[in-house]
Amino acid sequence: MATEVLMPALSPTMEEGTLAKWLVKEGDKVKSGQILAEIETDKATMEFEAVDEGTVGRLLVAEGTANVKVNTPIAVMIEDGEGADAAPAAAPVVAAAAAPSAAPAAASAAAPVAVVSKASPDWAPGTPMKTMTVREALREAMAEEMRANPNVFLMGEEVGEYQGAYKISQGLLDEFGPKRVIDTPITEIGFTGIAVGAAWGGLNPIVEFMTFNFAMQAIDHIINSAAKTNYMSGGQVPCPIVFRGANGAAARVGAQHSQDYAAWYAAIPGLRVVMPYSASDAKGLLKQAIRDPNPVVFLENEILYGQTFDVPDLPDFTIPFGKARVWREGTDVTIVSFGIGMKYALEAADLLAKDGISAEVIDLRTLRPIDYDTVLASVQKTNRCVTVEEGFPVGSIGDHMASTIMQRAFDYLDAPVVTCTGKDVPMPYAANLEKHALVTTAEVVAAVKSVCYR
Amino acid sequence: MAAKKAPEKSNVSKDELLKYYREMLLIRRFEEKAGQLYGMGLIGGFCHLYIGQEAVVVGLEACTKDGDKRITSYRDHGHMLACGMAANGVMAELTGRAGGYSKGKGGSMHMFSKERHFYGGHGIVAAQVPLGAGLAFSDWYKGNDNVTFAYFGDGAANQGQVYEAYNMAELWGLPVVFVIENNQYAMGTSMKRATKSVTLYGRGTAYGIPGEQVDGMDVLAVKAAGEKAVEHCRSGQGPYILEMMTYRYRGHSMSDPAKYRTREEVEKIKQEKDCIEHVRDLLTQGGLSSEDELKAIDKEIKEIVNASAEFAKESPEPDLSELWTDIYA
Ligand SMILES: Cc1ncc(C[n+]2csc(CCOP(=O)(O)OP(=O)(O)O)c2C)c(N)n1
Ligand SMILES: [Mg+2]
Repeated sequence: MATEVLMPALSPTMEEGTLAKWLVKEGDKVKSGQILAEIETDKATMEFEAVDEGTVGRLLVAEGTANVKVNTPIAVMIEDGEGADAAPAAAPVVAAAAAPSAAPAAASAAAPVAVVSKASPDWAPGTPMKTMTVREALREAMAEEMRANPNVFLMGEEVGEYQGAYKISQGLLDEFGPKRVIDTPITEIGFTGIAVGAAWGGLNPIVEFMTFNFAMQAIDHIINSAAKTNYMSGGQVPCPIVFRGANGAAARVGAQHSQDYAAWYAAIPGLRVVMPYSASDAKGLLKQAIRDPNPVVFLENEILYGQTFDVPDLPDFTIPFGKARVWREGTDVTIVSFGIGMKYALEAADLLAKDGISAEVIDLRTLRPIDYDTVLASVQKTNRCVTVEEGFPVGSIGDHMASTIMQRAFDYLDAPVVTCTGKDVPMPYAANLEKHALVTTAEVVAAVKSVCYR
Repeated sequence: MAAKKAPEKSNVSKDELLKYYREMLLIRRFEEKAGQLYGMGLIGGFCHLYIGQEAVVVGLEACTKDGDKRITSYRDHGHMLACGMAANGVMAELTGRAGGYSKGKGGSMHMFSKERHFYGGHGIVAAQVPLGAGLAFSDWYKGNDNVTFAYFGDGAANQGQVYEAYNMAELWGLPVVFVIENNQYAMGTSMKRATKSVTLYGRGTAYGIPGEQVDGMDVLAVKAAGEKAVEHCRSGQGPYILEMMTYRYRGHSMSDPAKYRTREEVEKIKQEKDCIEHVRDLLTQGGLSSEDELKAIDKEIKEIVNASAEFAKESPEPDLSELWTDIYA
């Protein structure tokens, strides 16, 4: 009986990939476990093995084809003795025209051109731009700062020889060598303590946590050692260090691997906390973080790593802390978000525009310090506010913004501030439950309608 | 191709060997099926396969008695099958369905069975080590002679909390077997790149805990060492460390390109050390079982695994109300 071989999903977030190379040809006999093809995801090139033995009847997708969706039939296997004609005549998938690299991976990720902030531009009009993924932006920021300052080094699990668990540090070991790109054993509290000590000693460490879930092993050093020592020493012992890595939910990785720590770290005096959404913010703010004389918690997001944005093509591009970005101007409601929450905020704004509601969308970008003025000015104009984030509802950034707005702009409000957050439950694994545990665009739209009494 | 070692003569009964064969094969076929379902998108997130390491858990489970407890990392499917949890329930958890051991809410890394005294399924590397010592503490406190098996990897062995647990376990004489599954890699980091220690069991010496290194690809060696460790714990002499030298054939998880080791290295171990082939050889070359008898077992296992996949596909997704249940006891 002929069986179809389907394009496999090779990572939690993979939706499509490139069929880089066939290692078998039609008519070949294969054993179970034999490598059939090499498949490229955004993270890595993976070998794809045969599950059962048989003969390759037909190859349906030509090698080199990009954007092959997971579960697309890519070959037909026949059992020994069957003729190749047993293979169902599946329409061969023609190599898709190579998509220009500027094409956004997901439409939702790319902001419509018109939304570039007019209120507080991060670069001068006419600046040449290039497109890059958030992953590339982070890598470039580290590489540039490491070139500029020999005291900057990167430390963490799998950052060197493995090229980074999420490939952020790809190539850095080659360029900077093992003294500056340091693979650690799995010992978060140990290497975090060592890095903090090194910062006290005058170096500028970048500590990569494979994800921030694992930084909980090390949170004592982040808070008790890094954040408080400048104060406890009367200003004698600053701690110039960056703690960075993926934060928040990826996809289907369950309760222990899906937590958003934004509000936790934002509560701590002595820390700076950054949570970028776009690639330009990732780049400009990470460079700023590496130069900052304070400990910076830099919260990235696995789902955003592969998304593409415009980044100014400047030799030295930084963004100051405490400056929000207005992504979209509007008159009816202010939507405040940060990090991946921006995806929902921008999607909601698009949908609301169709219903005649004009939303102003503000990306806080840094959560400590927070740019209150930009938010307050906006609320004074729109008189309504909805906040969006992925973290838990209790003690959220939204709660904090709501109380600030209440205290400083009460008379301007036409409706209570509504906070959209992740649900008050540990992250479930099941696909249907996970969808409901996360904040959704529909919830943001509904929240905006509720504050607009529509 | 490297020559296989000639099987040594064993005094082990045919029934016992067949039991190991069956249990190890069940894990292997189950994991292969899980890998397949992952590729089809039916399993999501992280999925860490146990293929290659089957002898460790099967050999140690043969040393347990009713009421003994076990706890491990995210690489947990084999441990669950070996301690008697049902293939259907495990596979349905992998697909995130209501019929899974955690009703679909835990996933591949987080399954539990109070009934089988299986305490997870932990995603934070090495967290299960003090937790395992704590499970042992509960038996020590109650004064029974049950033992806890706390399984962890060579990578986990570098976490500080392991040594805090060692110290207290020995100080208080807790009945816990610390089982280091040394498969020689922690994701892409070989043990040599993570420590200058030559052995991992040897680190117990600093805390006064006895231990030994064991050929974890040989189920009979595992069983023999396990008996010794369990006897030590049950008789109130405190913890014991077993460093199981083993190997994982697949990537760290499904998305690991595994560029940190050569295909030859993997192939050599598969050819020379495979734990299932080893028992198969003992059975056939020792004249204990015919090929046909083993083929019948293979078929039976395949049916169990296929049935579990069917169950896991057909079991419904959890009801949406489940999002809000089980947060508090
Ligand atoms: C505290 C913590 N740090 C990092 C990780 C990411 N991580 C998951 S498994 C793993 C490697 C563990 O290797 P090992 O202990 O040898 O177990 P094996 O996977 O080989 O079974 C790492 C680094 C994690 N889950 N938890
Ligand atoms: Mg290991």
